[in-house]
Amino acid sequence: MTGKQPITLKVNDAEYRIDVEPRRTLADALRDDCGLTGTHLGCEHGICGACTVLVDNEPVRSCLMFAVQAQDCAISTVEGLARNGELHPLQEAFSRYHGLQCGFCTPGFLMLAIGAIKRNPGMNEEELLDVLSSNLCRCTGYQNIIAAVRSVLGRPL
Amino acid sequence: MSLIGSSVRRLEDRPLLCGQGRFAADISFPGQVHMRVVRSSLAHGRILHIDIAAAAAMPGVVAVWTGDDVSQVAPIDFRLVPVQGLEPFRQPILAQKRVRYVGEPLAVIFAEDPYLAEDAAEQVFGDIEELPPCLDPTGDLGWFDDGVASEAAVLAKSYGDVAEAFERAEHVVTLELRIGRHSGSPIETRGALARLEPDGTLAIFGAAKIPHINRRNLAKQLGLPPERLHLHEGHVGGGFGIRGEIYPEDVLVALAALRLHRPVKWIEDRREHLIAANHSRDQVHRVKAAIDGRGFVLAIDDEFWSDQGAYVRTHAATVADLTCAMLPGPYVVPAYRVRGHIRLTNKTPCGTYRAPGRYEGTFVRERLMDEIAKRVGSDPVTVRRINLVPPAAMPFDRGLEALGTHVTYDSGDYPLLLDKLLALVDHDELLGKIAQRRAGGELVGFGLGFFVEKSGLGPFDGVKICLKPDGTVEIVTGAASLGQGVETVIAQICADVLSLPMGCFTVIHGQTDRIDDGMGAFASRVTVMTGNAAHLAACGLKSKLLAAAATALQADARALEIRDGVVAAQDRSGPSIELVALAAIAGPFEAEAWFRVDHMCYPYGIHAAVVAVDPETGAAKVEKLFLAYDIGRSVNPTLVAGQLVGGAAQGLGGALFEEFVFDENGQPLAASFADYLIPTAREMPPVAIHVTEDAPSPINPLGVKGAGEGGITAVGAAIANAVDEALGRPGAQAIDRLPLSPARMLSIMKRLL
Repeated sequence: MTGKQPITLKVNDAEYRIDVEPRRTLADALRDDCGLTGTHLGCEHGICGACTVLVDNEPVRSCLMFAVQAQDCAISTVEGLARNGELHPLQEAFSRYHGLQCGFCTPGFLMLAIGAIKRNPGMNEEELLDVLSSNLCRCTGYQNIIAAVRSVLGRPL
Repeated sequence: MSLIGSSVRRLEDRPLLCGQGRFAADISFPGQVHMRVVRSSLAHGRILHIDIAAAAAMPGVVAVWTGDDVSQVAPIDFRLVPVQGLEPFRQPILAQKRVRYVGEPLAVIFAEDPYLAEDAAEQVFGDIEELPPCLDPTGDLGWFDDGVASEAAVLAKSYGDVAEAFERAEHVVTLELRIGRHSGSPIETRGALARLEPDGTLAIFGAAKIPHINRRNLAKQLGLPPERLHLHEGHVGGGFGIRGEIYPEDVLVALAALRLHRPVKWIEDRREHLIAANHSRDQVHRVKAAIDGRGFVLAIDDEFWSDQGAYVRTHAATVADLTCAMLPGPYVVPAYRVRGHIRLTNKTPCGTYRAPGRYEGTFVRERLMDEIAKRVGSDPVTVRRINLVPPAAMPFDRGLEALGTHVTYDSGDYPLLLDKLLALVDHDELLGKIAQRRAGGELVGFGLGFFVEKSGLGPFDGVKICLKPDGTVEIVTGAASLGQGVETVIAQICADVLSLPMGCFTVIHGQTDRIDDGMGAFASRVTVMTGNAAHLAACGLKSKLLAAAATALQADARALEIRDGVVAAQDRSGPSIELVALAAIAGPFEAEAWFRVDHMCYPYGIHAAVVAVDPETGAAKVEKLFLAYDIGRSVNPTLVAGQLVGGAAQGLGGALFEEFVFDENGQPLAASFADYLIPTAREMPPVAIHVTEDAPSPINPLGVKGAGEGGITAVGAAIANAVDEALGRPGAQAIDRLPLSPARMLSIMKRLL
């Protein structure tokens, strides 16, 4: 249980060689072993979605996946969204629409929405609400998060 | 154009969007040890023995403490409303002799790794003799300790001749109402790190809300001179009342760093948060009103019981005090009497949650108004209107004290806001549509709730501002940021005075080593208190800049003004100098100001809701929420709306879904987000908001009032009123408690329909 094993995680196109116990969650490995603390932990039981990352382009609760299970996968986290200092269109939209207050749930919402849009770029309002109800936000009351995501639908991301 | 009133973009957003935030869990120090708390699994019991041998022997475990190791440390003290007689009920940092709620810290593990610390925690065995739990705050008194009964205090407030009013009343309306136990539950759990700095100072990270106040209280508790302790606020994942108070874990982390001479880190998990951090609300009210034939309230007589849980924490009597003082709300109510019992039970201790005392008191008062309307054959709007404090009576002396200040409504035009709310909801049209739907068999109703909020608690706050030689402006405050946009609002107020772009400003907050004092962020106080201090400091800086520019330009300072970062004559004739150039030549320029005020200011609002009830499942679906709110003066309308909608979502959660339920043994049944249900995007209806500026505050130079809490205050009342109407039982005939979970709704419907 407590023996560590070497693994390689591919995160945002970079490789991280780390030693982890088999029981170590992907979230803890990203945060504490790879130093990517943008992925947050809000409940550690798969409900709040603050820890959402993309694993092979699919939104995943990284608190419910073991790091060893994510070997050989392409992992995307919030740190990889902005390129050359320029915000990703959805990051820009969150700021424009005031879709964040404390910002703790924001990385999870960004990754959730980007994964969902990749899967279904033409989401209708119902589908959008369904997807966004996967994660919890305690500050905004969601209206501005929904507006921010809606504003980028149909745009190249 | 003034920057005040402009929805400028937030300064805070970029790092948060890029995953560059520094929340408590994101901070680590070389050589840190990780703390894990072993918590009581019993609601009430006598500690016979705690066996830590197995845990202490595990490789990687640095230390294990029980109550005996910290018995010399004083219990956690109060910071607000310290009513006499509460001292015996303060919480020790680890249980002493008794455990009093499931989740109470019983022992604590320090280990090299957080996973290991959890493993070790499972090896601690408590031999505890179970005692019967006390769970009903309205029942017979139980025993907090040998010889100490479970009623901590009874608060009483009154004015006018209540007995006389009831004698001449045409009707007396009586209700018993309950507000369920729920709390802020921010998405970031609590966390704390402490380390001894090379100079012998103890530095604490993960601070929030009230760093300077906590510094003083922690220093006292640890026996340190305050100058040997500094608190540092990083990013904070939501406040809502619950975060930033001193809890046992904060003291344990600090003490461990002192004793172990290593950095110590503690990050709470969600289960711990839901059973150990402050719960709130949880009141039972027995209220009666004396009314005349029109429904004018002659007197209110209320008695309530606050289920405080197992200990009285830092807020002491705050919630009960505010419940007492704010219950009369926007109405004249010539006579009033209230008694509030603070009762100890074997549940998680309680503290404040956004709009403490007002969410509860507003639920009671606004249910009462609907019941009064029904009793006299009037309607909810009319009966409220005849009871409102008239604008001519402002400022209105409420005749009560709250948080040690006299309650004087500083300004307001309540009837005007009622008109605006009716226009916002398109009242007659809306009622017509609802009548049609009801005729078609739908269970649908409309309800509203009027409230008075309070904001801007003094007595002081300060700001230091500095234009540096590089042309940037640094603002240092004793305020705190809980995510509400403090940096933006404070910078905006200063940028407005100095006519400089927002990008020039950096706002430092929550650092006790940067400014001597500050009262932090609670009670919707930052824009009022720190905002006005920032305004005064910026004005002071501006005078200095104009004087220096006058020298440089050989002009009369009185003829100069700053516009778009340039100092020149008001008509722009003659020589000019850019502030950046002035700063480079003669900077830095510094100013400091402290804003002081003895009274709070009182924003007010009206919530309204359209609710449909599913006859099959009992689910109450809020189709639309409305809020009209007078804020006096709005600094950043987008951020104000953000606060109000966010508050409304929390109000909806407390009205329909969120409840900390305990079984008959005191075991918490809502210890995960699978059982404690906070609203998602799916549950959240559209919220139509109308923010007005009809009643600027006369007691601060900017005229502002707070936005932090008004989004939540009457949501529960409005929804309950709408549900009663939906069930065809207008008045407070069906709903006597929140939350209206489907199970509770079904049993009500079975009884009534």
